[in-house]
Amino acid sequence: MRALRRNRADAAPRDPAPSRWGYRFQRWMLTPGLRRLILVGLPLLALGGALAGWAAQESNRQMVAEAIAKARMEFLSREEFMVRVMAVDGADDGLSRRIRTVLPVEFPISSFDLELAAMRAKVAALAPVADAAIRVRPGGVLQVTVEQRQPVAVFRGAEGLRLIDAEGVLIGPLAARADRADLPLITGDGARAALAEGLRLYDVAGPVRHRMRAVVRMGERRWDVVLDRGQRILLPTRTPIRAFERVIALDQAQDLLGRDVTVVDMRIADRPTIRLNEQAVAELRRVNGQEQEAGDE
Amino acid sequence: MKDLYQSQRAMRNMRQAAMQRGVIAILDVGTSKIACLILRFDGPDRFRDSDGVGSMAGQSAFRVIGAATTRSRGVRFGEVEAMAETERAIRTAVQAAQKMANVRVDHVIACLGGGLPRSYGLDGQAAVEGPVVTEADIGRVLSACEVPDYGEGREVLHAQPINFALDHRNGMADPRGQIGNDLTCDLHMLTVEAATIRNLLHCINRCDLELAGLASSAYASGISALVEDEQELGAACIDMGGGTTSLSIFMRKHMIYADTVRMGGDHVTGDISMGLQVPLAMAERIKTFYGGVMATGMDDREMIDTGGETGDWERDRRSVSRAELIGIIRPRVEEILEEVRMRLDAAGFEHLPSQQIVLTGGASQIPGLDGLASRILGQQVRLGRPLRVQGLPQAATGAAFSASVGLSLFAAHPQDEWWDFDIPAEKYPARSLRRAVRWFKENW
Repeated sequence: MRALRRNRADAAPRDPAPSRWGYRFQRWMLTPGLRRLILVGLPLLALGGALAGWAAQESNRQMVAEAIAKARMEFLSREEFMVRVMAVDGADDGLSRRIRTVLPVEFPISSFDLELAAMRAKVAALAPVADAAIRVRPGGVLQVTVEQRQPVAVFRGAEGLRLIDAEGVLIGPLAARADRADLPLITGDGARAALAEGLRLYDVAGPVRHRMRAVVRMGERRWDVVLDRGQRILLPTRTPIRAFERVIALDQAQDLLGRDVTVVDMRIADRPTIRLNEQAVAELRRVNGQEQEAGDE
Repeated sequence: MKDLYQSQRAMRNMRQAAMQRGVIAILDVGTSKIACLILRFDGPDRFRDSDGVGSMAGQSAFRVIGAATTRSRGVRFGEVEAMAETERAIRTAVQAAQKMANVRVDHVIACLGGGLPRSYGLDGQAAVEGPVVTEADIGRVLSACEVPDYGEGREVLHAQPINFALDHRNGMADPRGQIGNDLTCDLHMLTVEAATIRNLLHCINRCDLELAGLASSAYASGISALVEDEQELGAACIDMGGGTTSLSIFMRKHMIYADTVRMGGDHVTGDISMGLQVPLAMAERIKTFYGGVMATGMDDREMIDTGGETGDWERDRRSVSRAELIGIIRPRVEEILEEVRMRLDAAGFEHLPSQQIVLTGGASQIPGLDGLASRILGQQVRLGRPLRVQGLPQAATGAAFSASVGLSLFAAHPQDEWWDFDIPAEKYPARSLRRAVRWFKENW
């Protein structure tokens, strides 16, 4: 019988059989779940652990953050993205000066740092600006394209003279009426709301045009046309244009306005009324008296 | 019979579990080598019809993903002799195969070469309940078979129904669904020494493996080395292994007889070792390189250097002629074949319609064996090699691996055995209670 207990000295020189525990270990390692865990899970875990340990130090985190910020800065401040000049198109000198003051951009600046939407809102909020577009043009130019409001009249309000555009928007102050003598003057409460009608009065004025001082909105419902020499034409609430045209026709036929008339009241269409100067009234009375006396005689 | 029934059913369940997992190991514990194949079952739909691969013998259902062979230790006559040694050899083979397959196996199907198998032909008869034969009728007729007293300390390894007769019609493979009154069946039962099974089981369990099936190696090599026609018409497969020569007779695709001759290639090696006075390893080498059974004039002149290995290299330089070697080998091979002839005669092999004899196994590779065998066994002798299966390494396609390949086929498509049919309900002791439980299970 062979020795039951294996002696180290006379043990077989090389036994190919794995030990019981070696065999078990190998089988254990061939278990699919465990195999995946070891081949994928453990390296991932080690990597994650090392990364977490490294990131646990404040200085390391700071270093990473700085490196990222620096790389970002470097990228943002590349020559291709730099904006050096602002160009304003479609605005006169005064407006472009105002645009430059409301957009305090310090050039050169990276185009990533420009907030175009906010800038556009700022520019569009300016009174004389009807519409605005802002973009960064190739070549590092901040292009501001502005559509300026065109003044169509001068409005006199409580604050003084203002320019006003066709939509009734106040554009800006005017120092003196004489600065824009070419524009009609409009005033009165609610005049801005009925601007188109007021301007129409100017259009139909024709021969009286050069005598017109202003159109005045009265009580937010009707117009007065103020001429020089203190003359005033009171127009009705409805169909003021036709009433005004009648006055002009009357003037052309009988030189109404050339006479000593203070007020032509057209408010009641069936009964146009005129008011004379006091002297004219007195003169009229005198002339009438003479005629009466002559008649009496 | 009850506990056998239970254990075999447990093995079937284990096999089912292994199939679910898709990996199963084949372990052939032989006298000269231990082979381990690892099979992967991918399901039957891996081949399209256009591939030209049908289901065949079931070998298209699996693929060999790991194979390893190691020199057997502690096994004699196909029986475990030194448990620890055998266990270590099994461990070596299993580990190497696992390493090749890169997967862990827990279930193993093993085959048994030794254990003095004995065949019994059983028959039973039962009346058919109902108009047609059902599975329950088959179970009943199988349990009606009269089991002979096969002796103390033996266990049933196979119990396969091989023939059914319904009334006067004989030779039915599957009587289910047929109309008849009287069902008769023939059963082939194979018993082996219980201790042999127990020892092998112990070795396998010590390797942390679960046994999912057990087959006789004669049966396994028969299903892999015999072609379909031979299995159908009647043939004998003679698996000449290292320690045993097992023979199985097939008829109508069923094994109807199995036996072993406890002599094999190792005895030839022993004869050479004694006759030429060389170490066993040298004798084995001489046998494999120069062995033969038919001497010719040329062999007298072919001198073989035996190399005494006595340490005296200068003086001890013996050599023998090949004719002398053949003179040693041939009587032993003749003895084996004559023994086989006796067993075949005892089994009534000459009454079969076809008397094809297929020689396989490692020892069948001696040159000239088929000529010698045809003189002793009859004219229809051929050398058989195992069926080709997918993924099997070239080194494992030889005749020595027919039992391993057969076990793979057995794992893929086990034949119906007695325990695959339900025991009729009357045999249950607590019949009504069990039926009530079953009724509950089926309806809820």
